[in-house]
Amino acid sequence: MRLQILDNGHSFGTKTLFALIRTVSRQPVLDVIKLVKYRPEFYGTPMSDVTQEVMRGPSPWSIGDRELMAAFIAKTNKCEFCTNAHSVVADLALGREKQVSAILCDLDNPAVGEPLRATLLMLGKLTRESAVDGHDMRAVLEAGASPQQIDDALAVCFCFNVIGRLADSFGFSVPPAKAFEAGAKYLLSRGYR
Amino acid sequence: MSNIERARQALLRRVLEGDGKASLADRRAAFNNSALAEPVRRLVNKVAGNPRGIAEEDIKRARQSGLTEDQIFEIVVCAAIGQASRQYDQRKRLSKKRGRIEIETPDPR
Repeated sequence: MRLQILDNGHSFGTKTLFALIRTVSRQPVLDVIKLVKYRPEFYGTPMSDVTQEVMRGPSPWSIGDRELMAAFIAKTNKCEFCTNAHSVVADLALGREKQVSAILCDLDNPAVGEPLRATLLMLGKLTRESAVDGHDMRAVLEAGASPQQIDDALAVCFCFNVIGRLADSFGFSVPPAKAFEAGAKYLLSRGYR
Repeated sequence: MSNIERARQALLRRVLEGDGKASLADRRAAFNNSALAEPVRRLVNKVAGNPRGIAEEDIKRARQSGLTEDQIFEIVVCAAIGQASRQYDQRKRLSKKRGRIEIETPDPR
């Protein structure tokens, strides 16, 4: 990463945890983990609280739907690390191996319901242009999404517009697919805290 | 206030009002993407608008301006959260009144 402190500035206890992760998973520690574990009281802990609530808290959207939104926002931002990471989580959560990458390339994929498709289109516009208007929102409502679903989707957008920016700014390396698979299993079983 | 909003407000308070290595003024300026001097202004601009365009050179220049890595870390974090917050906050506010969904167009600032 571009800041040395994010690679090796962690406390002794955290470095020990990283060694354990490497031993058990036989994969490198993902840069996103190194980021949230560096001085966690400043960013990692409060951001993880937000992400846990957004991605695993009560919502009319399923966990798979929210992970798909995360992957879509990351793809819109052209953030390779986050796109890969959350595509794998979404695949696992939705139980549809390798289907998420097809959905990300074509939102008209029949596996995507109309409310979710309209919501993804709105999130894509918000991410690209940093702006949406009443017309965009009305289209999502008319597609069948509820106001609560829109609010929850916008919160997903917040999280992954933060995380994607940090991934690019700090220069996250993109690890092998197996490292993402190990991370995805952890995120599904344990969440973001 | 929802659990999500409560957690989000706690995040904002922590990075903008809590202890840190960068000054509160610099963190707030990074969050707002305003009132920063070069070369930090360029770095923060890129975090907000073109994070994929950030290069080693941008970080190097920030270091050469006298900032420590911890200060750069905090400033970049604040810049990212600031831009995502501007996107989130300018969302349309939806409310149900008398069974109707009303959409307010927010102030475009």
